[in-house]
Amino acid sequence: MEILSDLIRSMVGEGMSDQGVFISAAVTMATIMFIVMAMCAIIFTWMERKVAGFIQSRYGPMRTGRWHGWAQAIADMLKILGKEDIIPAEANKALFMFGPILVLLGSLLAWAAIPWDRNFVAADLDLGLFYIFAVSSMVIIGILMSGWASNNKWALYGAARGAAQMVSYEIPLALATIPVVMATGSLNTQDIVIAQGGGMWNWYINPVNNPFLFVAFFMYFIASIAETNRGPFDMPETESELVAGYHTEYTGMRFAFFFLSEYANLFLVSLIAAMVFLGGWQAPFPFLEFIPGWVHFIIKGVMLVFLNMWVRWTLPRVRVDQLMHLCWKVMIPISLLCVVGAGIWMMVTGQAAA
Amino acid sequence: MDYELKNIGTHGWASQDHAGEIKSELMELNMGPQHPATHGVLRLLLETDGEIVHKVTPVLGYLHRCAEKIAEGVNYKQWVVYTDRFDYLAPMCCNHAYVTAVEKLMDVEVPERAEHLRVVTAELSRIASHLIALATFGLDMGAWTPLLYCFREREEILNLLERISGGRMLYNYMVPGGVRYDVPRDNWEHDVLEFITMLETKKLKDYNQLLSYNKIFIERLSDVGVLSVQDAYDYGCTGPVLRGSGVKFDCRKDDPYSVYHKFDFDIPVGTGEVGTVGDCWDRYMVRVREIEQSCRIIRQALETMPEGPYLAIELKKPVKVPAGAAYTRTESSKGELGHYIISDGGQTAFRNKVRSPSFCNLQVIEKVGVGQMVSDLVAFVGSLDIVLGEIDR
Repeated sequence: MEILSDLIRSMVGEGMSDQGVFISAAVTMATIMFIVMAMCAIIFTWMERKVAGFIQSRYGPMRTGRWHGWAQAIADMLKILGKEDIIPAEANKALFMFGPILVLLGSLLAWAAIPWDRNFVAADLDLGLFYIFAVSSMVIIGILMSGWASNNKWALYGAARGAAQMVSYEIPLALATIPVVMATGSLNTQDIVIAQGGGMWNWYINPVNNPFLFVAFFMYFIASIAETNRGPFDMPETESELVAGYHTEYTGMRFAFFFLSEYANLFLVSLIAAMVFLGGWQAPFPFLEFIPGWVHFIIKGVMLVFLNMWVRWTLPRVRVDQLMHLCWKVMIPISLLCVVGAGIWMMVTGQAAA
Repeated sequence: MDYELKNIGTHGWASQDHAGEIKSELMELNMGPQHPATHGVLRLLLETDGEIVHKVTPVLGYLHRCAEKIAEGVNYKQWVVYTDRFDYLAPMCCNHAYVTAVEKLMDVEVPERAEHLRVVTAELSRIASHLIALATFGLDMGAWTPLLYCFREREEILNLLERISGGRMLYNYMVPGGVRYDVPRDNWEHDVLEFITMLETKKLKDYNQLLSYNKIFIERLSDVGVLSVQDAYDYGCTGPVLRGSGVKFDCRKDDPYSVYHKFDFDIPVGTGEVGTVGDCWDRYMVRVREIEQSCRIIRQALETMPEGPYLAIELKKPVKVPAGAAYTRTESSKGELGHYIISDGGQTAFRNKVRSPSFCNLQVIEKVGVGQMVSDLVAFVGSLDIVLGEIDR
């Protein structure tokens, strides 16, 4: 942000006030983030199809754009833009229109605190991690809102399930990152990454440093699948039970908002996992440090996304009560244990931050 | 708060009644006829309390095509094509059921080779049908990948059946008195044997690893939708649904038709391996094990296939069938498929009544579906493996 401000200042000269510089820098940054997010939705839609095809012994898209159907997602987006925007007659129009925007907003805001490189983070907040979890809870409100406003019983089921699931899984998701915060002594996302510098043996996932952080990573990963509503925890959508869940009644661009937000969220939680446990933009080995940090970061994120897709296309779906059981009776106790255990471990081994 | 969801309009979201009392009522839910998990155009009228189902009413008739009435207007040979459209996932079994009834009425001796060919094609059809059952059941449980794997193997069967009958899905292969075509002269038997060996040794293991013994899959299905033996008898369930409850009954063994008495095979039944006997997993697993047994039958039938004619009589012109009535029952992939034909001595049937297994198997949902969760109801319907073409006819 500072670099961007300096850049703008150097371009327009001293004639601009500090506020003006700040606003233009913020707008530039927001635009970049939005473009990145839209791009990742397009790329991951294509990737999801190719991964699914690979797992299911078929090709996936092959025609659009000649090479392995690379333009398929773009063509789909163009098609969806041209679709009629249908609002059901009995729906609550205001909520119906506002729901998808809130869902998109929730997943977009969290991108601000992601550190892409040593000097590249949109908002270097002291409470960065806290901020990310806080704003991404807004997605729940959007889902509940759109499911209720659709005035469709299947959508209502999906929304109720979605709200219950996401509210529950936020707890292990946040709890699993607490040990990392304890180890770093800071909630600042940039600090967390810097603390893991110097090679992959310094990453928080390394069980030799602290085995409780290793367990916490898996807790985080499982909870993040549930948080993004993807298989085997895709309760709010469950196409074989609830038709299409909370977005049953949505068409055209409003549907695309949900779609966009699903993939943006998927990448977001993977990036957070990479940032918190896998060293963020730090290189795995010191001799690889000549590669820019954001390349390392994106590669780590994409690998986690692939893992997520692999899980989705392999496993059957759990039932809604089993999902709740898993959250409250298995994952939350283990996550709490991780917090306590990590603290004790740090005290015993003398790693505790001063 | 008022939970009268069905009365939500544009005017008010939650209107309390005048006394200000809190009242709740069951929510009516239409599952189908356009719903991904109802396997066609089945409509289930549910009354639910949250996730719990309180009442299930199946509503049928969306695929009714008057097939039985048409039987009174077309001659015996022409009606074979309508049997294809009953259970369109296992048309050979349906063909077989019908032609045995007509042959009983006409008192025709069917050549041995034709009977062997019928058994081979019907069992191939049964495997194809069971593969679809596994595939769609997996899909109901949210597992996408087995669907593609099962369809890949089914494709092989369709290719084999295309080579012998000319059709990929609706074969019209068997006729009263035999079969339409002999084995093609391009090593068909060898290819069939190769395919079933591949299925037995490799593919079934894959399915079991990927789906049958998956932890989540077992968690979802054990002790869910338990069908007791008494209920199965009361509602007239047959086929894998009855056998899943632990009853060892199979028309191929207990009332042998065609040449099934010559072959050695077992009848798999539900064992309650992961839960209670008669739960969804047992019904599913019976089908997987039946695929193995069908492979055994095919191998024996091909190895002992005699030379000779494949058609006893040329039914070139519509023949007159002696007056009388005949009922035969056969084991289709879904259960006991019966044909009751009354002839008044003319060229067409006076009445043709079909006893379709899916119709009887579906009825049990009214009893077993109550008190389950919506997700479990989906699992239960999937484990019944119904085909709407056969229910509505």
